[in-house]
Amino acid sequence: MSRESISNLTRGIIRENPIFVMLLGMCPTLGVSTSATNGLGMGLATMFVLILSNVFISAVKNLIPDIIRIPSFIVIIASFVTVIEMLMQAYIPVLYQALGIYIPLIVVNCIILGRAESFASKNNIWQSFLDGVGMGLGFTLALTILGSVREILGNGSIFGWSFIGENAHPMLLFIMPPGAFLALAGIIMVVNKLRGTK
Amino acid sequence: MSKKKQGVLRPVVTLVAIACLSAFILGYVHELTLEPIKRAKDNQELAAIAEVVGDFDNNPFAEKMTITTKNKKHKMVMYPARKDGALNSVAIKTYSNNGFGGRIELIVGFNVDGSIKNFKIISSHETPGLGTKVDEPRFKEQFKGFYPRRQVLKVKQDGGDIDAVTAATVSSRAVLKAIERAFSAFSNFNSGRDDE
Repeated sequence: MSRESISNLTRGIIRENPIFVMLLGMCPTLGVSTSATNGLGMGLATMFVLILSNVFISAVKNLIPDIIRIPSFIVIIASFVTVIEMLMQAYIPVLYQALGIYIPLIVVNCIILGRAESFASKNNIWQSFLDGVGMGLGFTLALTILGSVREILGNGSIFGWSFIGENAHPMLLFIMPPGAFLALAGIIMVVNKLRGTK
Repeated sequence: MSKKKQGVLRPVVTLVAIACLSAFILGYVHELTLEPIKRAKDNQELAAIAEVVGDFDNNPFAEKMTITTKNKKHKMVMYPARKDGALNSVAIKTYSNNGFGGRIELIVGFNVDGSIKNFKIISSHETPGLGTKVDEPRFKEQFKGFYPRRQVLKVKQDGGDIDAVTAATVSSRAVLKAIERAFSAFSNFNSGRDDE
């Protein structure tokens, strides 16, 4: 792989992490990251759609006039999401039960439209694919970390495995909506420290 | 793309084409998955029924019937579970619209004497990690063998015999409401029969 390809692949994971650095897609991030499992599931589902939409939009970018590109991208993304939702519901009901409620949320995730607009509509299919994989991994990683922190603090468990006693009182606040902001702020603080930005 | 003036025709035609194509694909996939989705839902419901009733060798799904509460306000579906032809328990699909996140649907299993066997949430929008705990053993254990005719099907705050899930009293109340509804329909159905 060329240097450019590697850079496109790894950029989303830490350097331009969609959540910790670019602060994109906050709605699903804050909403579904109540447990590590939820975070991981939502991350993987989003990554799948992101890769598909990046590749497809990159392939048709020359056919779509500039002036209508945003509505076209939205229609394409929404179609992908709906098709995936129906197929999943029909053929992998177990997975649908776990992820079902998050799937429609993917449409409104601005990471997907953001990558379509700023990357896939300007680059070739292969680079868009790599960008989709990288950004998807970054999103999944961030959601899983956030979900884990909230689950550990708020529920005393990780991936559903409880490590505190029946009668212990975890900090319920972290499972509730305000806890999402607190946990995210704490994690961004650590990430910024590690990245050396001020 | 350059800034030069474009005709209005091309964007319109392109957008309409994309929309039509997308509508066609969605319609096709919808047709394709209609049957499998229905089957998957039925299987899911059958699995939930199996969890809340005792041993059975009939097909509760094929024998389902609609029952109503005494005031005829609420309709519910009841699935009888039989072993060797004798009715040993029923599963009733019930609901409440007062959950923290709106509608909660659950399936309750009753023994023939009217005591609760078990229940299972089949669809809800409760807060993950809080309201969803009403579907966990710690809360559900209290209902095994609960006899709504003698005990009070309410949370302790409301003077009942059930411990609500901590920080999820609203969800607990909704579940109790749904079970109460199912019980009312079940006893209404029972009082209408002479045999058994």
